[in-house]
Formats: sequence, structure tokens, C-alpha cells
Amino acid sequence: MTGCCSTPAPTPVRHPHTAAWIAGTVAFVAVWFLIYGQLRPAADRIVAALPLEPGSPAAEALTFFVYDTPKVLMLLTLVVFAMGIVRSFFSPERTRALLAGRREGLGNVAAAGLGIVTPFCSCSAVPLFIGFVSAGVPLGVTFSFLIAAPMVNEVALGLLFALVGWKVALTYLGFGLGVAIVSGWVIGRLHLEGWLQDWVRNVRAGAIDLPVETVTVVDRIRAGIDAVKDIVGKVWIWILAGIAAGAAIHGWVPVDLIAAIMGREAWWSVPAAVVIGIPMYSNAAGIIPVVEALLAKGAALGTVLAFMMSVIALSLPEMIILRRVLTFRLIAVFVAVVGLGILAVGYLFNALFG
Amino acid sequence: MTTKNIKVLGPGCKRCQTTAEMVQAEADRLGIAVTIEKVTDYAAIAGWGIAATPGIVVDGKVVHAGGLPKAEDIDRWIA
Repeated sequence: MTGCCSTPAPTPVRHPHTAAWIAGTVAFVAVWFLIYGQLRPAADRIVAALPLEPGSPAAEALTFFVYDTPKVLMLLTLVVFAMGIVRSFFSPERTRALLAGRREGLGNVAAAGLGIVTPFCSCSAVPLFIGFVSAGVPLGVTFSFLIAAPMVNEVALGLLFALVGWKVALTYLGFGLGVAIVSGWVIGRLHLEGWLQDWVRNVRAGAIDLPVETVTVVDRIRAGIDAVKDIVGKVWIWILAGIAAGAAIHGWVPVDLIAAIMGREAWWSVPAAVVIGIPMYSNAAGIIPVVEALLAKGAALGTVLAFMMSVIALSLPEMIILRRVLTFRLIAVFVAVVGLGILAVGYLFNALFG
Repeated sequence: MTTKNIKVLGPGCKRCQTTAEMVQAEADRLGIAVTIEKVTDYAAIAGWGIAATPGIVVDGKVVHAGGLPKAEDIDRWIA
């Protein structure tokens, strides 16, 4: 918050302590890996020291909790730090300039891809939406961005990769982008520009002329640290709740029950997962420990991913925010199109990975 | 010395609040007279051409968009 330097430097091209900052970053990553390798044995020792019968539900649940909490928090820190650095190369204004006047189709693909790396916070969703549409980004392309940005992000991908495996993470990436691209394209094809709130159509974006800032390596590292403070500081409570829920599932929910409700045999479980997911609101960090536990208990992958996408991508708070710029009809179309896309992903997944 | 007109663009989120306070604090520290105006209307915000909030406008020129500004940058903008 406070200035670091007693004399404001006139846009330094190279920070005086660049080498020290880089060395510090490298040391931090090394220590991270050292600690991370010790988590499993440490968790086992802690649980073994407690007066619990090995293999009992309570011991299972506690092991899950004691191991997963530091693991998830550490992973999140590293992933968010790395993405904070990557994101310092992007800004919503630059993304908008890249997308303005883009044709649909390729524009949808570009928007979904940029949605992963562009810094985005849901509190900025409305200015971003208006900023994009008024600057000539087609409505469908804007939607591709708005669907991909919260759903396919570093937190979701990093945690899936670490807790469930790279295959699932990659597939989530692919199908998440697919849903964003196709849903945005469909919304664009429907030509619903008339369903925006009236005042939105009348906004004309002023020409933006942001001064070009020189960003040093140190600035980027600091952007990574800021991202960690900001994001981990905000989501840790979700993570604890998610891990507690996951631990409960791990210890006490019987395999038969999960397999019956969320197994591949239950055809209705995919639509049920999507519908249940809409009013639920959590971010990726909270839902993935639950995903991990459900999968371990024999839930079908497609069903679980559909649930996860629905919880993250279709949320009531976001719709309430978007209500200020979209008419009710347009929100309904948005939910229907994205919901159908997620449904298709769930079924496809269950069919592919039997 | 003329008073600088500063607009903080943002729908009233916590960061926008913090940004306005930071600008005021830096101006006080440097002894620069400023008037800070908070622009919360979405249409007005979009009219400035920014796509991420909070944004900062100094004497009619957008200098910042998205995320908390750094104190040393504020010093440069308002100097």
C-alpha cells in the first residue's frame, strides 16, 4: 500500500534490485518444493499420533483434511503467483483492442483463450461487459470471454492438475473452452443485441489513451505477490469449507450411495448435477476438493465435471450483477445455452471415459 | 497553484474506495490540492473507455485502469 521508495523514480527501466528479487523468487520456489514433498509423511504422522483407529471413517476424514489443507493452499499460492506474473502481460483494455471488430467464430476462440489470461474480477464484470460491447466487440464474442474468464482459470486448472490429475485438467481446459466458444457463438448467431438494457446500447466508449508504463521484472514479481495476497486471502475460507465437505464425503458417505446417484448408470444424474449447481455458488478453489472426494467414491467424471462447471460458470450472484446490463430474457438465454453446453460435456465425458 | 481534478471510476467496490483514499493520502503528503470525484454510474464509467475498475482520471485524462494503483505511480500522475 505504501510507497517503497523515498524518492519516486522517473519510470525506472531496470529496478536496482532486480537480481535480488529474482534470487528471492527462485529460493521461494525451491523451499516450496522441499516443504511440499514432506506434506504426505507429515500428515500421516499427525493422524497416527491421534487416538483414532486406523482406517476408521474419522481417521480417513481427518487424513484427508490434514493432508489436503496445506497441499491445496500451497498449490494455490504457487499457481496464483505464476499466473499473476503471466497476467501482468495482459490487461482488459488490451484484450478488448484485440477483440474489437473481430468476426464471430475466430473471435469467439480468441475471446475464450484471452479469458484465461486476462486479469478479471467479477466485480468488474459490468464495466468490462459495457466496455467490450460499446467498443465494437460483438455480443457473442463478449459472452465467450465472460463465460471462459471465471470458468477456465488458473485456480481451477492448477488444482485439478494437482488433486485429480493432468488428464482431467487438460480435458477440463478443452471442454471449458469449448463451452465458452460454442455458447458465445450461439448467442451471437441469435442476434440478441436488442435484448440488452436500453442504456447499454447508447453508451459510446470514449477513446482510451492509457500512458504506456514501463513494467520491470520486479514489477511483474510484485504483481505475482499481490495476486497471491489478493486471491489466496479471499478464497482460503472457501477452500477450508470445500476440504471439510470433501473430508466428510471421504469418511462417511458410502461408495454405493455416490455410485448410485452420480455413477455412470444414472442417466439423469448429469442434468441433475447441472441444475443443482446453478444456485450453488463457490469458486473453483472450494469445489475441487469436493470433486476429488466424489471421484474417489466412484462418481462418474462427466457428471462431476458438469457439476463443477455449473457451480462455477452459472451463479446467481453473477446473474444479479449482469441483470443491470442484460434484460431478463437475455439472461435466460445465457443460462439455457451455457447449461446445455455443460450438459453435453457431461454426457460426452461419461461416454468417452467409461 | 491550480487544483487538480481527479475522478475515481468504479461502481463503489472496496478497491475503488481504497483507490480514492490512496490518491487523497498521496496528494496530502505531497501538498497538492486536489478535488476527488467518485464516478459510480456505469454508463459514465464506460464512457471513459476503460474496461476494468477502478480507473483514475487526472484533469480529463485516463491514467489508470484496473486494480489498485501503486503509490509511486499516483505521485507521478498527480505531480
